[in-house]
Amino acid sequence: MSQEYTSSEMMTVTAARALENGMTCFVGIGLPSEAANLARLTHAPEVVLIYESGTLQTKPEILPLSIGDGELCESALTTVAVPEMFRYWLQGGKVNVGFLGTAQIDRFANLNTTLIGDYKAPKVRLPGGGGAPEIATNAGEVFITLKHSKRAFVKDVDFVTTLGFGRDGKGRDNVPNIGKGPTRVITDLCVMKPDPDTKELVVVSLHPGVTREDVIDATGWDIRFAEQLESTQEPNPNELEILRELKARTERAHAGE
Amino acid sequence: MAEFLSLHDAVARYVEDGATVAMEGFTHLIPFAAGHEVIRQKKRDLTLIRMTPDIIYDQLIGAGCAKKVIFSWGGNPGVGSLHRLRDAVEKGWPRKIEILEHSHAAMACAFEAGAAGLPMAVLRGYVGSELPSVNDQIKFIECPFTGERLAAVPSVRPDVSIIHAQRADRQGNVLVEGIVGVQKEAVLAAKHSIVTVEEIVDDLNAHPNACVIPGWAISAVAVAEKGALPSYTHGYYGRSNRFYKEWDAIARDRDTFTQWIDKNIYGAEEQA
Repeated sequence: MSQEYTSSEMMTVTAARALENGMTCFVGIGLPSEAANLARLTHAPEVVLIYESGTLQTKPEILPLSIGDGELCESALTTVAVPEMFRYWLQGGKVNVGFLGTAQIDRFANLNTTLIGDYKAPKVRLPGGGGAPEIATNAGEVFITLKHSKRAFVKDVDFVTTLGFGRDGKGRDNVPNIGKGPTRVITDLCVMKPDPDTKELVVVSLHPGVTREDVIDATGWDIRFAEQLESTQEPNPNELEILRELKARTERAHAGE
Repeated sequence: MAEFLSLHDAVARYVEDGATVAMEGFTHLIPFAAGHEVIRQKKRDLTLIRMTPDIIYDQLIGAGCAKKVIFSWGGNPGVGSLHRLRDAVEKGWPRKIEILEHSHAAMACAFEAGAAGLPMAVLRGYVGSELPSVNDQIKFIECPFTGERLAAVPSVRPDVSIIHAQRADRQGNVLVEGIVGVQKEAVLAAKHSIVTVEEIVDDLNAHPNACVIPGWAISAVAVAEKGALPSYTHGYYGRSNRFYKEWDAIARDRDTFTQWIDKNIYGAEEQA
């Protein structure tokens, strides 16, 4: 296939493909929301999208700028109060997959959205946990998507806002009623999965045109590659067309507000 | 029975210096007009509670109203940082503020527990998170029936909660439609409450399961047309995503922020 596409489009399409038709997905804003809606508009029309603002089974025509845009409510099957969303639907075990972004991620897929530096004297204060700490532990499994860079992919996060597998990889061991945790991390360079034993993230698939060196250079730890390293399937014309239409629609709508 | 007051009088009566205040609205129905009135009346030393501080608390923090902020996600949704919140936390401008941060699930549960008159909320939360190491209000307890380790946080019991809603009838009963967030919980958890509304109508025309807050559970109702802008009111007007984006540049710099507040808050008469 010769169609041109960007590394961001490659990332979104790959993240979208991770969602299976019929899954119930608790969606984070930004890249996860873009990917989840692309999935819904392509191979997974029956995917159930839930946003923490209380909008259940929502089918937005345009991507929301915020987690509580009116579009999410208007296109939802129903909208519930936020305590109900977190208690009944998430904590109650009704969510198959939580789809999250993050500012920082470490080798055990712990997420930091709290701050860079020391808590008492932060270099950079980030927004904080939001829904992520409980999405990551109460959803059946977790997909994470973010752009690959040395600043984002660090050996140890400055702060564990949200559990991946803990600072030693054993953070979920013997914890009752907890989800599987991160099962894949999708970036603009590759797909990673946790090693079944150590839980350290391992590259399982490189996007077309990306080399091992590219990933090594953009990762803050000694990243490992799977023995049977795969090549990620390129976006097909249909996926690209639908993604571009979705983004153009979104841009037009937001410019008009 | 809710008393109909002007927004000025409602804020003057119920928001005292040093009070614990929750202005809720989950992206939707954020009570901006009321927040602006709090700034205009130069309230000080407030403990501000909100799941998502949003631009409204960025403005209150930058204007020097807050001494403490309790929150769970402090960003400009879809845009980036809340620069006034960051400046206060990182550099202590215009004053040092204390922060206490939770997760959304914990705060939602804490509001619900407050409404339920309980001292604390219990949830399956904070597993593996380091938030409990920086927030001494997060504890863990053992379920007396199963032995499961669960998180506990104190309930939210504000001195006053402020929300915005679509409309009230002439008895002060309030209808909230769309994304309802934790607004009902915030009102019921608080000692006093102010509800601003787009309009007063003869009949709410609410369906049987609608989110209606009875007038007798509310302290004051004040009309504030477009009172949620730049947030939105479902059925009335949309969110000004453009303003949320513009705010990034306004709030990034202390001078442009101060000019904006001078012109748009101190320089503007209360609209209601």
